[in-house]
Amino acid sequence: MQVFIQDLIKNNGYQATDLLAVLRAVQAQYQHIPKAAIEQIAALLCISRTQVIGVIEFYSFFHLSPRGHYDLLISDSITDHLLGKHQITAYIEQALQVKLGEVRSDGLVSFDNTSCTGLCDQGPAALINGYALPHLTPAKIDQITGLINQQIPVSAWPADLFAVNDNVYQAGLLLSQTIQHGEALHAGLERGFKETLKELDISGLRGRGGAGFKTATKWQYCAEETADARIVVCNADEGEPGTFKDRVLLTTHAHQVFEGMTLCAAIIGAEQGFLYLRGEYLHLYAPLKAVLAERKQAGLLGNNIINAGFNFDIQICLGAGAYICGEESALIESLEGKMGIPRNRPPYPVTHGYLGKPTVVNNVETYMAAAKIALNGGEWFANVGTDKSKGTKILSICGDCAKPGIYEVDFGTSIQTILDDCGAKDVLGIQIGGPSGTFISNTEFARKIAFEDLATGGSFIIFNNSRNILDIVNNFTHFFAHESCGFCTPCRVGTSLLKNQLDKIVNGHGSAGDVVALEELCQLVKTQSHCGLGQTAANPILTTLERYPELYQAQLKKISYEPGFDLDAALETARQMANRNDAAAHLSQLED
Amino acid sequence: MTNKIRVATTSLAGCFGCHMSFLDIDERILELAEVVVFDRSPITDIEHCSADCDIGLIEGGVCNSENVHTLREFRKNCKILVAVGACSINGGLPAMRNFIPLEECLNEAYINGIGVENAQIPSDPELPLLLDKVRPIHEVVKVDYFLPGCPPSADVFWKFLTDLIAGKEPSLPYDLVHYD
Amino acid sequence: MTKTLTIDGVTIPFEDGQTIIQAATAAGIYIPHLCHNPEFTPHGSCKLCTVKVNGRNCSACTFPAMDGQEVINNAKDLNADRQKITQMLFVEGNHFCPSCEKTGNCQLQAVAYHLNMLDDHFPLFYPHRELDASHEEILIDHNRCIFCTLCVRASHEQDGKDVFAISGRGINKHLIVNSETGLLKDTDISASDKAAHICPTGAILIKHTAYQVPIGKRIYDHQQIDQVTLNSESEHDK
Repeated sequence: MQVFIQDLIKNNGYQATDLLAVLRAVQAQYQHIPKAAIEQIAALLCISRTQVIGVIEFYSFFHLSPRGHYDLLISDSITDHLLGKHQITAYIEQALQVKLGEVRSDGLVSFDNTSCTGLCDQGPAALINGYALPHLTPAKIDQITGLINQQIPVSAWPADLFAVNDNVYQAGLLLSQTIQHGEALHAGLERGFKETLKELDISGLRGRGGAGFKTATKWQYCAEETADARIVVCNADEGEPGTFKDRVLLTTHAHQVFEGMTLCAAIIGAEQGFLYLRGEYLHLYAPLKAVLAERKQAGLLGNNIINAGFNFDIQICLGAGAYICGEESALIESLEGKMGIPRNRPPYPVTHGYLGKPTVVNNVETYMAAAKIALNGGEWFANVGTDKSKGTKILSICGDCAKPGIYEVDFGTSIQTILDDCGAKDVLGIQIGGPSGTFISNTEFARKIAFEDLATGGSFIIFNNSRNILDIVNNFTHFFAHESCGFCTPCRVGTSLLKNQLDKIVNGHGSAGDVVALEELCQLVKTQSHCGLGQTAANPILTTLERYPELYQAQLKKISYEPGFDLDAALETARQMANRNDAAAHLSQLED
Repeated sequence: MTNKIRVATTSLAGCFGCHMSFLDIDERILELAEVVVFDRSPITDIEHCSADCDIGLIEGGVCNSENVHTLREFRKNCKILVAVGACSINGGLPAMRNFIPLEECLNEAYINGIGVENAQIPSDPELPLLLDKVRPIHEVVKVDYFLPGCPPSADVFWKFLTDLIAGKEPSLPYDLVHYD
Repeated sequence: MTKTLTIDGVTIPFEDGQTIIQAATAAGIYIPHLCHNPEFTPHGSCKLCTVKVNGRNCSACTFPAMDGQEVINNAKDLNADRQKITQMLFVEGNHFCPSCEKTGNCQLQAVAYHLNMLDDHFPLFYPHRELDASHEEILIDHNRCIFCTLCVRASHEQDGKDVFAISGRGINKHLIVNSETGLLKDTDISASDKAAHICPTGAILIKHTAYQVPIGKRIYDHQQIDQVTLNSESEHDK
């Protein structure tokens, strides 16, 4: 192991910023990060062992105790639930003889939940040693069980097990025609990069991650900072449950995304770029590396790009299972080899980003759009959409509809139009923008996709009338408690309290005062939390409480108070040990 | 007599220290007796609450099934229920057993402990069974007021009760708020 | 011309580079806080110092003072939220004040007293947390840690060591120490380190010094934290 780590770190150039990459390699090789490895890594990277331990314990994909040689993680997203996650989980437990959350006693297999894997249109999905397995069926599980029992390495498994589809059903401004490699850069050069920034401004392009900051303004701010180096970062940490459009863009349109990043570099004067790719998209890592190599070969990356005298390179950094890293400053921390904890603002990344340098962080789709705007001009883009939301939005549509997949729609398109296009019937409601967004009911389908109405980073989850809203809200609320980084009190404690309080109500132990307490807690977490995660963690509850108060009321008992824990179960140990089962050895949950 | 405010008190998983502290109001108890009558309480030896108690003072947390029954009796019969002292508010010192599995606690006390003779876990149906964890009372019933302290000082009892009796919303000034 | 901002309607001066809390402290205005200490880089995690700046919630310990800011600090709704946040800190750990030698000198307790917190409000978590009594002179009781990172910062910034760090995610966050065994005795901490004395609660204690001052005669038994803090922190800022 010592030699393995020595070589690994040597190849990485002894950079402390490479900590995640090093740990990913060690985890893959040894199924955990052994104690001795921690010491060695800390010494070689000249960082404290506590930083190494902190990072291991922060990211879901790193472990201090061994996982199985075959580590199977099933996606726990609501979209996987809709597609039969529970049934397939039970089947896997039976087939592989391992319980969810456990490592099989022979150490060969481990099985656990993981947050949304971004395969929402082709679930139930899982990861095997990090690689995506879409469309799980009992037949596939049988096949996988056979492969595991014969101990065939995952790299030698049949490729069709890993076949991830694009499922593009509707193409608009961006998807209908991909630009030629280098075309946007040449157009930018011809027009002049300053002029191109103006075109970007005219286009009205706003960040596609969901927040909607004007892209040209961000680039302008970054360019104006006095600094010896600037950084371009592409945020491909697509962790919002129900979103998968960046996966498709990086599968089929990676050139254009990289071209957008390179354009940004030319405009702001950056030489270093990063694509922060979520760990769940490991299957895209090798193909993306190949695209980068191809572009370097073609003079579209590296030194003296398109003979215009500027240099720029892009490095791909993989995440390791942490939704919070989609927050731009947490992402930057992660790029630096640290725990993904959102920074205090100000300063903002455009002035103090990666290693303190002015940094532009944009979404995959934003760069893709920027490249095409450089080619076609700002007006071309601004002519589509609404006053405040120009252009198109690429949606990841999943849940209860006939054709789940990718839909590029003009901003301003009504929800009803989208539902008709994807073949959704008998709709109860839609989660727009993922758990951190809004749940709309079937009386609101005239509303529009737009920053000024329903903003979304791309997530669009449809639920039909057979679904239980409280189950959905419960899944989302557990998700936030699991993903809270723990930095600030209101989110760290509040998301856990929300989870417990909602469980109490969903499990039928709620009393009259409990919904009031729940709502109070929601407001506290929303208004007091440090970053977007905490500020939106209560949205699933708040937006459904507003629309379906009667649903919550129906769960409540007509009493003023009921304990939040199971009283009779709390006596079980004592009952067993005293060998009693008389009436006095039991407690009713409520006073008789 | 019938117009007097009816007060019930009890100690669950507590040490009666709060009751002792209450008695530290000393001669003021005569003044209190003018307007208050004690119902179920260690002071009176009345075994069960009358149905029309005004104020129930609960010392101690909830550690066993009997505590649950007692607490429910108080909640049912008292218009205002008050958590008195650290144990009733957060479990207090008895709750420090919450970090040791109950099985270990019982084994240590009745089976493996030094000096244990005739080792056996008591199983008489008369004995209340222990809950796996000691709980504050607000996790079992709705509580109206909290008087922190270990114990709350006599002045806390006095301030709280005289406020209530005077028909004011009870409040504790800085000097009366202590957790120790 | 001096730049000014207002806090609860009172106009106060500030210097460029000051945070809101620094300006407030200099002007004798107390903003409740636990993770902030003017001797170290601001952290902004406890969220007790949240104030409304021109209508928006901001952490006073990290947010820069700016000309013309209208800051609301001592407001009923903000104090109610602060009380709930303090209650969150109480329920996520194990804070049994009567058994803690820091009682009366504890800032967590003092902030709670200041906010007139009478109960825990939320269900208690009763997490299982360990003690580290391995070091001869210093004790860590993880039950009382509130993740303020003052020990982390004091060790790094003042002692020139890295004895402490925060590890884990979400509600599983915990304090770790920098030694191969994970025990305090194997770190390079010394009892004279700033980090050994900075803990606002009873999580890091110097052994053999408890109860020198009897309970009832301790710092916050008779003085409120606002006055104590303003006295010590404005002294530091000078």
